Amino acid sequence: MRAWFLLGLIVASSVASDLLQSREMKSHGEVRGFRWLGALTRKAGLILAVAFMAVSFFAFMALVQVADLSFAVPASAASLVFETVLARVVLKEQVDSRRWVGACLVASGVVLLAR
Amino acid sequence: MPDARLRWKTRLFAAIVVLSNAFGNFSLKWGMDRQAALTLSPLDYIRAILSPWVMLGISLLILWLLTRMALLSWADLSYVLPVTSLGYVANALMGRFFLSEQITPQRWAGTLLIVGGTVLVGMGRPRTGTES
Repeated sequence: MRAWFLLGLIVASSVASDLLQSREMKSHGEVRGFRWLGALTRKAGLILAVAFMAVSFFAFMALVQVADLSFAVPASAASLVFETVLARVVLKEQVDSRRWVGACLVASGVVLLAR
Repeated sequence: MPDARLRWKTRLFAAIVVLSNAFGNFSLKWGMDRQAALTLSPLDYIRAILSPWVMLGISLLILWLLTRMALLSWADLSYVLPVTSLGYVANALMGRFFLSEQITPQRWAGTLLIVGGTVLVGMGRPRTGTES
């Protein structure tokens, strides 16, 4: 039960973090060199993304103590399914049918891992 | 930027993302298995973070994070995500071979489905542009 709660927390906070990261990094533009790292301290969206990532990470530290690595890590891939949908809906990315099929395969894989 | 250079740069960054994730998580798991069970106390987390294996794991995961953020600056999120999940599969293999975890046929099937999904998505162009 504790493992499932931790997994839910990991998935929800990674989805929030990834969407924010993609939006903020795209608005920054393609990076060259290391000067872009300064954006980590200036963009509120990136700071929030890092905060969500921290929540996800601390939950993950607790999860690996109570679950196998071969379960914990692939099961977190459940976030990919939510993120593909949100990449289409929120970020307006053009997700073609191949990517949709890929995301569905990943979703099925995660279901099998969870059983 | 020329297409060939972008593709090369994308593959290099994707490889670093996958490897740093697999070795980072392995090291974290190895370290956490040797710690007392975590409670909600921040002291537990601080003690765990200061242990060498957990620290190595966190360093590799920071490398993973920065490489992945850099990749996101020119590649679609819907391309970067499956690349990351390829790292999840590498983690399952490390669990089996280095941590002696018992992996049922069902879990292997799940892992293979994830590989199939990631290959399908990875075959596309990294940047598709957004709708106007």
